[in-house]
Amino acid sequence: MQTARTIRSVGVRSPLLRRFASSSATPLVIVEHKSGSLLPSSLSAISAALKISPSVSALVAGSNTDAVAQSVAAVPGVSRVIVAKHEAYDHGLPETFAPLVVAATKAGQFSHVLAPHSAFGKNVMPRAAAILDVAQVSDVTAVVSEDTFVRPIYAGNALATVRSKDPIKILTVRNTAFPPAPTQGGQGGIEAAPEASTESPSEWLSEDVAKSDRPELGAAKVVVGGGRGLKDKDNFKILYELADKLGGAVGASRAAVDAGFAPNDLQIGQTGKIVAPELYIAVGISGAIQHLAGMKDSKTIVAINKDAEAPIFQVADYGLVGDLFQAVPELTKKL
Amino acid sequence: MSSLKVLVPIKRVIDYTVKIRVLPGGKGVDTNVKHAMNPFDEIAIEAAVQLKEAKKASEVIAVSVGGAKSVETLRTALAMGADKAVHVETDADVQPLEVAKLLRAVADKEQPQVVILGKQAIDDDSAQTGQMLAGLLGWSQATFASKIEVEGDSLKVTREIDGGLETVRAKVPAVLTTDLRLNTPRFATLPNIMKAKKKPLAKLTPKDLGVDITPRLEILEVAEPPKRSGGRKVESVDDLIDKLKNEAKVI
Repeated sequence: MQTARTIRSVGVRSPLLRRFASSSATPLVIVEHKSGSLLPSSLSAISAALKISPSVSALVAGSNTDAVAQSVAAVPGVSRVIVAKHEAYDHGLPETFAPLVVAATKAGQFSHVLAPHSAFGKNVMPRAAAILDVAQVSDVTAVVSEDTFVRPIYAGNALATVRSKDPIKILTVRNTAFPPAPTQGGQGGIEAAPEASTESPSEWLSEDVAKSDRPELGAAKVVVGGGRGLKDKDNFKILYELADKLGGAVGASRAAVDAGFAPNDLQIGQTGKIVAPELYIAVGISGAIQHLAGMKDSKTIVAINKDAEAPIFQVADYGLVGDLFQAVPELTKKL
Repeated sequence: MSSLKVLVPIKRVIDYTVKIRVLPGGKGVDTNVKHAMNPFDEIAIEAAVQLKEAKKASEVIAVSVGGAKSVETLRTALAMGADKAVHVETDADVQPLEVAKLLRAVADKEQPQVVILGKQAIDDDSAQTGQMLAGLLGWSQATFASKIEVEGDSLKVTREIDGGLETVRAKVPAVLTTDLRLNTPRFATLPNIMKAKKKPLAKLTPKDLGVDITPRLEILEVAEPPKRSGGRKVESVDDLIDKLKNEAKVI
């Protein structure tokens, strides 16, 4: 133990030693899935866990888990898939899910518990952390060592490096900061989860999920974002046309969502989704701090705006000053 | 149920319009700037006051953990319609788990049936405190709420999730956290600001509440994010397509 601790403290400074210090870490990844399929954000969380240890475990819970458990077991580096088959876990209710996370963590004596920093992970993990009496590190964008992590604060305007002094590290992971783990070649074993109470003082009633055949916003390689400059809801169709041409997804600024141009779940920013596509095209978006928080890690940023002074141009790799109602259809036509 | 007592934890943060400055030496950010109530907490206060106006709540108690200036934030909450305030005074850096423990202690004293918090503070962006409090209390939780309806001894809450909305029924006692779309907070009027000065404001310390607030997370460094070299303008759509194809190679 003493040796491990010494190596670990050196590891913070030396990336070379860090690789060998991780052998004692035993991470558990909480898998998020929907309609019988594994979500890409879970594969990003597994990638983050693999930076802590070469061998990780995963927890899959719900009534329809067979295919998901098989997919997770096939991820190289996943050695154990712990399955809790019960309908109480179907909608990620924190009152049932957090006790399951706690029971699985204790039973497996895991050193780290990771989940995507999604609506699901954000809801469940702090409750589990509190029950375990440990702190949580939210929205991790880099793993420095077993106990040290980087996370953005102040809407991404600063990066904090934090060291957890707790025996169990609870982490939620920014999916765009870790590439999804490969889904072939692994041979993890599947086992049953420990018993946990499925009693809940709350119940799931219904959901209203926007249907779309476009790629999911958080995982799309191209995102076209629209702002207040679109002027009304119907005009958003020129963005959908451009996105379809590029095989991308459509997002929106808060202003556009508040004005009713686009549904809430398309919002990109500090309080909405974080995206980091290959190409982000900001159309009629001024570039407020809160919006930049959600897209400024995109590889290439294009801004189309009639106001040459708009702050978005300060982060855009390519800026086109002009009328979006002419430029966007022209762009769609010429692509 | 017409007698819900509502506790609303609020936080004083750097105003959301301020462009923050990272201090040289990695010690933190410059906090010698304009502060205000965390925007999500304004929504929480508004939600609680609306419940009171609809005769669903009997009393709204605002609570804040922080330095002496948190009193200004509590006075704002009182001016918006909270009935009384509790200030847990400390200059220490109090992290979400410790804040949740302090709030549990305040809840033990005040005995609310509902606690409404913001879904995240815009300074640390943790999005943890409400969920942690619910876990410590063993209460039901409904986070990221965009609609709250009181139905008997339950709350029907519409939540913002990835891809859309979901609705849950949470039995009271419950902890809720607010999303942006829940409501538009009112402005405190001058007469209400004057009245707020006379409303009760109790002072406590973490020690009074018997809570150890030693941080579990050590902040080693606060750094500037990598700068983007933006600012290049293109002349036309053709020029843009050419640059994306041949220079950035993204299409």
